[in-house]
Amino acid sequence: MNDTTATTIANKSNLERKTIRRERVRLVLRDKTFLIGALILGIWLFITVFGNFLAPHAAGDQDFQFVSKSPSLKFPFGTDSNGRDVFSRVILGTRLIVVMAFSATVLGTVLGTSLGLATGYFKGKFDMIVMRLIEAVSAIPVLIIALLAIAALDGRSPTLTVIVIGFVFTPNIGRTVRAAVLGESELEYVAAARLRTERTRHILFREILPNVLPPIIVEFTVRLGYAIFAIATLSFLGAGVEYGSPNWGSQIAENWGNIYSNVWWPTAFPALAIASLAVSINLISDSLLEIFEL
Amino acid sequence: MSDAPALEFRDLEVAYTVRGIDREVLRKVSFSIAPGEAYGLVGESGCGKSTAAFAAMRYLPRNGKITSGSILFEGQDIVGMSTSDINTLRRSAISMVYQNPATALNPTIRIGDQVAEVFALQGLSKSDALAKVEQALIKVQIADPTKVMRRYAHQLSGGMAQRVVIAMALASNPRLLVMDEPTTGLDATVEAEVLDLVRKLRKESGTAVLFISHNLGVIRHMCDRVGVLYAGALVEQGATEDIFSNPSHPYTVGLLRCIPRGGLHKNTDRLDTIPGTPPALGTHFDGCVFADRCALVEDKCRTTQPEMVTVGQSHVARCFHTDKAGSMPRAIDTVSVSVSQNPNRATTGTRLLDIDHLSKAFTQDGHAVHVVNDVSLQVGVGETLGLVGESGAGKTTIAKLILGLYGSDSGSHVVLDGKDLAGTLNKRDIKDVGAMQIVFQNPDQALNRRHSVTRIVGRAVQKLRGLSADDSTDRAHELLSGMRVEATLHSARPVQLSGGLKQRVAISRAFAGAPQLVVCDEPTSALDVSVQATILNLLVDLQKQDGTSFIFISHDLGVVRYISDKIAVLYLGRVVEFGDSNRVFQGPHHPYTEALLSSVPNIDGSVRKRIPLTGVIPSPSNPPSGCVLHPRCPRMAGSGVEHLCTSVEPALTEVEPGHFMRCHIPLDQLRTVQTQ
Repeated sequence: MNDTTATTIANKSNLERKTIRRERVRLVLRDKTFLIGALILGIWLFITVFGNFLAPHAAGDQDFQFVSKSPSLKFPFGTDSNGRDVFSRVILGTRLIVVMAFSATVLGTVLGTSLGLATGYFKGKFDMIVMRLIEAVSAIPVLIIALLAIAALDGRSPTLTVIVIGFVFTPNIGRTVRAAVLGESELEYVAAARLRTERTRHILFREILPNVLPPIIVEFTVRLGYAIFAIATLSFLGAGVEYGSPNWGSQIAENWGNIYSNVWWPTAFPALAIASLAVSINLISDSLLEIFEL
Repeated sequence: MSDAPALEFRDLEVAYTVRGIDREVLRKVSFSIAPGEAYGLVGESGCGKSTAAFAAMRYLPRNGKITSGSILFEGQDIVGMSTSDINTLRRSAISMVYQNPATALNPTIRIGDQVAEVFALQGLSKSDALAKVEQALIKVQIADPTKVMRRYAHQLSGGMAQRVVIAMALASNPRLLVMDEPTTGLDATVEAEVLDLVRKLRKESGTAVLFISHNLGVIRHMCDRVGVLYAGALVEQGATEDIFSNPSHPYTVGLLRCIPRGGLHKNTDRLDTIPGTPPALGTHFDGCVFADRCALVEDKCRTTQPEMVTVGQSHVARCFHTDKAGSMPRAIDTVSVSVSQNPNRATTGTRLLDIDHLSKAFTQDGHAVHVVNDVSLQVGVGETLGLVGESGAGKTTIAKLILGLYGSDSGSHVVLDGKDLAGTLNKRDIKDVGAMQIVFQNPDQALNRRHSVTRIVGRAVQKLRGLSADDSTDRAHELLSGMRVEATLHSARPVQLSGGLKQRVAISRAFAGAPQLVVCDEPTSALDVSVQATILNLLVDLQKQDGTSFIFISHDLGVVRYISDKIAVLYLGRVVEFGDSNRVFQGPHHPYTEALLSSVPNIDGSVRKRIPLTGVIPSPSNPPSGCVLHPRCPRMAGSGVEHLCTSVEPALTEVEPGHFMRCHIPLDQLRTVQTQ
């Protein structure tokens, strides 16, 4: 082949590749679904980091002159039956749920990816046994497993909740990764790696893993949305977080009874917070799913 | 039927909108097909063949549009036609047969119901339609139509599925049939049968055919007239005989020259190539589309678009130099490669690899399926052993057993350079692993798409040579440059490379550990013929330079004949014939080899009597008794040894010096019947 032609082709295709990537980024940035999701999530992440400076009151500040006051300029989200500022408590509750949800999802993704890589690559009996176990676990609702585990381990610590949710997510992520790995491991670059005496670990993490990243990223965002709900629900049920700490789930739990006396704001605002955070993450994952055609 | 051409393209221009920009794929293409005529469109991938086929059905992809010109069906312009009118035409007058029958059929609908849909569209009742299906299937020579009608697509062999697709296409008694690479995925023997069928049906029905293929041999046998497409432009057109005997466009000449054809052999002939690569989609040309790659190029060619020049009766070519094209200088890539690492090789011909009683049974639903049966073969230093046979013959399995990618059954021996190797890869020495490597068929799957070229080759050097990371990168770059992968491409990912370049990277990787033997598993079947020639030349150079031995697997007998010193013909996991390349090709042949050879459509136009193989390849889980070929054997009837053929499996015996065969029929008898 002619040298210059080869070079021009390479340059051209290099350009092409960059255009494709830029195109994808542009598609993502143009996608309204993604933009709205990113905007809402961005606000929440900002609050996560700077919440301490933004909240006008401390979480435990009580003012008995203002008990169950409706939203006003002084208290934008009103006050609860203990005279605490709902606005501040929503802001201060953000960090816990965001950090817990991210940690749990990261843990679940790491475990699930490892499991998926191993089962998809080795197949055979190992795969069969693990998959049957996964199916058995998946048959029980996530919350029940989490509640049972937390009750059995008698833990109210956020760390334990994160670990439990991470484990509960593992099977789902594992299954997604396994499906992708099953296809990849049939491809001949894997045979080529074996033919230069690569260790299995290298084949799994250096050869196959980079090629199955897209579904893993999407699965991560989907699970993140679930994690928000799971953590909020657990704290609503009184499990998973220390009592009295400012967190959305327990705020709802403490105040929902007052809805009947028309004090809706201490319940409504934390609930809206949960919903908007979860929705923002789902919008992002929907948009990624569509653009990466997974 | 009117006197107007069945199909006429007038200055047709088609563009695809890719990322907001219109890219030209067909450039002022004009041709016409007379009623009942078979017109072939030939060219390499990306030249616009399929676009032309879909345009004829007015069924372009969503981003495709006809920018100017017209398409006339029996004198009627279909470009501006309303959707309902074009649907009426598709229902009653124009049909299409697609390349891949497996995806052309709906996997969830029984064959009978699926074919019946076509009749139902013509207004027949369900029961009338089903009755018609049976006749339609008989017409395409399906032996047991009622049984086939109850099956699903996946239960049919490729040839059978393509017959069903053809039956569906013919159901409307079309006046124009568009066939887009109808036999490309099929085995040679099946391809020959399907082509025979199409020819026969065409004779009966007088349907005009637009036949698309990259295979010049197939085009030569199927078509009355041929058009050659390059970069979306029709560069030459004429009667099939004229095009093949007097090609007048440099591209056509180049295309015909780079095919390894009858009798060429690596020791005496080097393959011609077409320098350069085809232009990217939608490239703009001021002059001739082929100017960049043409050996006869002049300044005029780059600035002025040549008109169609009449060369002979109805034979035209779009070139300023039609008179010189036939005698244009040969394009031979002469750069020699330098990857030699083992200068102290034993002399050519000394035994290198001994495969002894190689067997492999896979377990399927609790049953042992013998995929490879007692295969014994030898490969000498610097020799090429060609493995041929239909799909399912066990060619690739044998390769993987030799390499240790699969463990072989007990009793099997793979002896390399006098050393009996362990059955599986991880029990072998790193040196022995590096000594035998493979080049896979599909470089897209064989190269990790997330890794750079340097990393792909460098890692192999590092592992197989035990070099440091830096040293192996340097060595990888030397190796790649030797294979003519330019330095600017070393940091590229595989997706940025053309098919030929990808395969060069794969070859570089295979040579990373200074191998003594490289298995080439259909290394050129995914490539265009001009690229195939450069890859074959490269392999031959490497062999001459380093004395590397090859096991070369291919379904293309022309390629195998060109590159091989010895040939083993496989059927159902058994070697049925083995010997020097010349002997195997000249005969007397094993009856199976004979049938295989006779099914190849030659580009030299010689008509060989086809020896048909009837029936389908039996399943290896339930092989026939006696000689496994006997239910399909073209020579058993009348041989006088039928009782042996059906009851005793023949052994592989040396019928003449260096020529082994597994057949009960005596050699002289085979010679006699085959020379008749």
